[in-house]
Amino acid sequence: MIKKEWRHFKRNRELFIMSLPAIVYKLLLSYLPMLGLVIAFKQYRYDLGVFGSEWVGFKNFKFFFNSDTALIVTRNTILYNLAFIVLTILIALTLAILLNELSRKWIKVHQTVLFLPYFLSWVVVGYVVLAFLDHKNGFLNVILGLFGQDAIKWYEQAKYWPVIIVITQLWKSVGFSTLIYYAGMLSIDSSYYEAAKIDGANRWQMIRKITIPTLMPLIVILFIIDVGKIFRADFGLFYFIPNDSSFLYSTTDVIDTYVYRSLRVVGDIGMSTAIGLYQSVVGFILVLLANWVVKKINSDNALW
Amino acid sequence: MSTIQVTINKKAAKSSLASKKSSWSSRIINLFFCALSILLIIPLILVISISFTDEKTLLQHGYHLLPEKFSLEAYSLIFKSPGVLLNAYGITILVTVIGTVIGLFLTSLTAYTISRKDYRYRKPMTLYVFFTTLFSGGLVPFYIMVTQYLHLKDTMWALIVPYLLSPFYILVMKGFLDKIPLEVIESGKIDGASEWRIFFTIVLPLSLPALVTIGLFISFQYWNDWWLGLLFIDDQKLVPLQLMLYRVMSTIEYLSNNMSTVNVSIDMTQFPSLSARMAMAVLAAGPMMIVFPMLQRFFISGLTVGSVKG
Repeated sequence: MIKKEWRHFKRNRELFIMSLPAIVYKLLLSYLPMLGLVIAFKQYRYDLGVFGSEWVGFKNFKFFFNSDTALIVTRNTILYNLAFIVLTILIALTLAILLNELSRKWIKVHQTVLFLPYFLSWVVVGYVVLAFLDHKNGFLNVILGLFGQDAIKWYEQAKYWPVIIVITQLWKSVGFSTLIYYAGMLSIDSSYYEAAKIDGANRWQMIRKITIPTLMPLIVILFIIDVGKIFRADFGLFYFIPNDSSFLYSTTDVIDTYVYRSLRVVGDIGMSTAIGLYQSVVGFILVLLANWVVKKINSDNALW
Repeated sequence: MSTIQVTINKKAAKSSLASKKSSWSSRIINLFFCALSILLIIPLILVISISFTDEKTLLQHGYHLLPEKFSLEAYSLIFKSPGVLLNAYGITILVTVIGTVIGLFLTSLTAYTISRKDYRYRKPMTLYVFFTTLFSGGLVPFYIMVTQYLHLKDTMWALIVPYLLSPFYILVMKGFLDKIPLEVIESGKIDGASEWRIFFTIVLPLSLPALVTIGLFISFQYWNDWWLGLLFIDDQKLVPLQLMLYRVMSTIEYLSNNMSTVNVSIDMTQFPSLSARMAMAVLAAGPMMIVFPMLQRFFISGLTVGSVKG
């Protein structure tokens, strides 16, 4: 047995050596840190290290889940992500279908503009949003002033932020998703459309019966990936855009920003790890679940 | 090979679309996209406009889409002492170049082994790589690993190492490499070439378009990154561009908040003013806003392949 396997290994040795960098890399940066998750059950001390620190059972989890924050950050994370997933699919698909109706020359112009905000980092987008919302000089308050309205202190009023966050996210990323769908449409065999046209189908029928069904696997894959990430918020969006303003935490604080603050500001290592573990486990279950559901409906569309 | 396919599809799409060109519905759609484009561009125009507006005018009338009183003062203020900006640019360029070269090499190497259908450990290797996207240790263990065990805090490698090997790019690369027929590799083997030789002299040249696309993705990620800097960099000399930009913003916030409560007299010319901070954003983001859109067709070709099931 072992001898036989050794012979196989020798034949694959060179390829194995080629995959060795990736094995070591993933071991160091992904797998060994997973062992570090034991910190979630410990009172971590830098001097004692990961394995020397004292066990405290579920204390870190209890501390987090007994606070109001747990509910707020979990709710915010999930609701924002759901809004992003649904709105992005609807808007990007619509835009891609519309884009596909235009002539090449125009598509190029429009897709460049749609794609442009995607190239900005969240830090730069933070500046852009500030240009609109700055309390004293911001563009929105200037406009409100023109209509005789009082200026609004945007960075202190939590109620406006769900809308602001969603608009900002869509502005930055919807172009990217549109292009993914549009690229998917380019690979649809045009003979389908020609055949449909001969059969007297109108544009709307072609979109419904050809374009959307052909894109379905792509939509489903992206959907599964997004659902798997529903417990992970885009840190940059929720940290830089509200400018880490503590007035806004009730509507802008998400799991990731909370973990970051617990780690870098408060320095509560145990609890931050516990939340990370909670995030990873639930996320993992969600991907498996999403894939399982898709498999039930149509096994061809499943991720694995 | 993929490029050929795409161009054929494009031609086909073109001919089927030709008949629609003149219809009124496409004119309405066009108008809609023009309106949308303007809406999407306005935020950028606002930032640029502020950066070119006279400081006093900004303080009196607020921000406008067109400079009420044009001024280059903000830019000349920055260029008078460009040290911080230039240093940040230097760090970012260095990190991007080193990261892209090593990352591209590792990504293509890994993708190549798992694209080889005759590689015995292909399946376990694929699982090993992609499992990390499904489950992870989270931020804290990663942070402790990098700072306590790898000792990368406040070194340039902290900005490079964590992004070297992303499963997503491996997947995209594998998508390209899957199209190389096994016979090509086999013929190399018959000629007695080693696996490394085959990889460097046959596989890499064949996958040049893929390398360009993925290289672009990787460099884009390094260029726009603030996350690793935020986590691992306290040393002023190692601050990359995006982190510098964030620090400028928070310094200003800090100053303006404190000034309204405490009556400290700070010489405001010492610090970037309203227009100067927007000018800083323009200078930091501007060049890439011209370069990346020019390369966008590579991004798109990467998307098409990457989104196909692996």
